[in-house]
Amino acid sequence: MSTQRQRRAEAPELKPGQLSKPELLQMYRTMLLARRLDERMWLLNRQGKIAFVISCQGHEGAQVGIAKALRPGVDWVLPYYRDLALVLALGMTAREAMLGAFARAEDPSSGGRQMPSHYGSPRLRIVSGSSPVATQIPHAVGVALASKLRREDAVAVTCLGEGSTSQGDFHEGLNFAAVHSLPVVFVCENNGWAISTPLREEMAVKRVSKRARAYGMPGETVDGSDLLGVYEAMQRAVARARQGEGPTLLEVLTVRLTSHSSDDNQFTYRPKKELATETRHHEPLAACGRYLRQAGILDDAKAQELEAAVAAEVDDATDYAERAAPPAPETLLERVYAEG
Amino acid sequence: MPQKNVVEAVRDALLEEMERDPTVILMGEDVGERGGVFRATEGLLAKFGPERVIDAPLAESSIVGVAIGAAVNGFRPVAEIQFADFILPAVNQLISEAAKLRYRSNGAFGRPLTVRTPYGGGVHGALYHSQSIEALFAHIPGLKVVAPSTPYDTKGLLKAAIRDPDPVLFLEHKRAYRLIRGEVPEGEYVLPIGKAEVKRQGTDLSLITYGLTVHYGLQAAEELAREGVSVEVLDLRTLLPLDREAVLATAKKTGKVLIAHEDNLTGGLGGEVAAIIAQDAFEWLDAPVMRLAGPDVPAMGYAKTLEDAYMLSPEKIAAALRKLAAY
Ligand SMILES: Cc1ncc(C[n+]2csc(CCOP(=O)(O)OP(=O)(O)O)c2C)c(N)n1
Repeated sequence: MSTQRQRRAEAPELKPGQLSKPELLQMYRTMLLARRLDERMWLLNRQGKIAFVISCQGHEGAQVGIAKALRPGVDWVLPYYRDLALVLALGMTAREAMLGAFARAEDPSSGGRQMPSHYGSPRLRIVSGSSPVATQIPHAVGVALASKLRREDAVAVTCLGEGSTSQGDFHEGLNFAAVHSLPVVFVCENNGWAISTPLREEMAVKRVSKRARAYGMPGETVDGSDLLGVYEAMQRAVARARQGEGPTLLEVLTVRLTSHSSDDNQFTYRPKKELATETRHHEPLAACGRYLRQAGILDDAKAQELEAAVAAEVDDATDYAERAAPPAPETLLERVYAEG
Repeated sequence: MPQKNVVEAVRDALLEEMERDPTVILMGEDVGERGGVFRATEGLLAKFGPERVIDAPLAESSIVGVAIGAAVNGFRPVAEIQFADFILPAVNQLISEAAKLRYRSNGAFGRPLTVRTPYGGGVHGALYHSQSIEALFAHIPGLKVVAPSTPYDTKGLLKAAIRDPDPVLFLEHKRAYRLIRGEVPEGEYVLPIGKAEVKRQGTDLSLITYGLTVHYGLQAAEELAREGVSVEVLDLRTLLPLDREAVLATAKKTGKVLIAHEDNLTGGLGGEVAAIIAQDAFEWLDAPVMRLAGPDVPAMGYAKTLEDAYMLSPEKIAAALRKLAAY
């Protein structure tokens, strides 16, 4: 079984755009942090310390590339549950992510109310989302509408998986945004699977971006392991939005390296060979590492240094969140309505 | 008799009905190769093929809407909504369409479809994988709403739902799926929709409930028996239409009624049951009808502290029963 995504067979050559070496290194570090945090969460889940994990593994390149084109705290972001690397790149901390995983009172996204990976942060203009997929799409359109009405140049960006584009909210949101030429970028992180359902059973087109034309907006597909390619495509989309030229549908091809979630076992439906092929060609962390080495930005010593620093950060986040207090039972009743 | 859990009972009912009637087809998210995220449809794709077990695109409105269309045109679709929380995109299809199609066509168009969905909490599902949605739909004439508690009832009622000429929303408590085991006879039996069942006879108090809470209630009743209080437990099994006779019979028998459900209090099923008793069993009552329900918050939280604070338990039910006994 193939995911029918027709990608380039080889990892693309990364070209240094306008990004400086320290910037590229920082982007790589964020990808690495997201990966190691995510791996730690699985470990904690297997140890029975946290009840649920849903991964960003294999999506890190796409997410860090997208974030780089944004102004954290100025542009609005309405992410979905795989966007750990995206929110880290925007300024969420490892501790904050772990507080969510452990469902602690201090969890900035929901105070332990939501499942992990349902990110929210007023400070970073990351809008709290729910679990029913694609509901964030019309919200992003409304956020963009408000920015436009106030003549602000903030852009709204929202992400979702390719399976979720089957929802009515996706269609309705894109149509509204196009009709009103709103400053919004729709990012589809296409990993080829919606839990066990392959792309070809979700849609009869091979590219989500093809749908853009029918709404009257540009659509583009980029490879998610091509960090700079994602960044450049996102820059174009953001520039269009800021200049009042309306929305863009950006499809980023990713690979889902893990099962859908800790409640799933992907090998009950996914051929191991398909995962191996996808991983070999499109695993973003390795692709980015290779590029940085070719470009002379990363070497063994630097890589080891980064691994050590990231490991310390993950340890610190885990210890901190594990010790933090859970929400008190009586807080269940609070904040149903405005208080005070 | 073989012991089965609730998921196995669902699977048996689907398998038997699909073998019996070639017009029974399944559709839903991940119901094929994966066999459903709770494995309720495991093995059915291999047995019946992709024409009868359809992995649907991720869009609930179309899952229910397409099932309605297929039902109009001669099939008996069983649609699975992966989690009851995600039935909300399909509300228009259920309430405007499935519920009203027969009525608006003056009887010309039937739509024999079943919509199965796991509901309820206690599984670290947080806000959107824990909700009880029954009250929304138990308000809608034209639908039937079934919420069994045991594997035996699940199999017999699901078979009845599939054979029913009208749309049935079939609610399976996801915490009960693997927790609750019970005897399920091999082979054919069908239970009537619209009939409650006394799951434990008693004389002092009545507990009226449904779903997972039946099991918590039976544990609480056991506890009260040790304290010398005899509790009758009535399992509603069907929420629309409600079995008025069974409700009134137990209320008249004991004169003291507690209604319990995990769904939140305001506008929940308990209000309807209480109104039936108030109107038609008033003279038999020795105490006000009491309700124990989830708190009026949007949904239960993910943290265990918040989930436990929300959920009913045998202890919470026993405490409410003691209060009622003391009245
Ligand atoms: C409305 C709704 N229906 C069903 C679900 C259950 N569900 C959660 S994630 C998921 C698959 C999503 O796949 P995709 O959009 O491709 O994103 P991916 O997980 O692959 O990143 C499903 C069916 C849901 N969350 N919301």
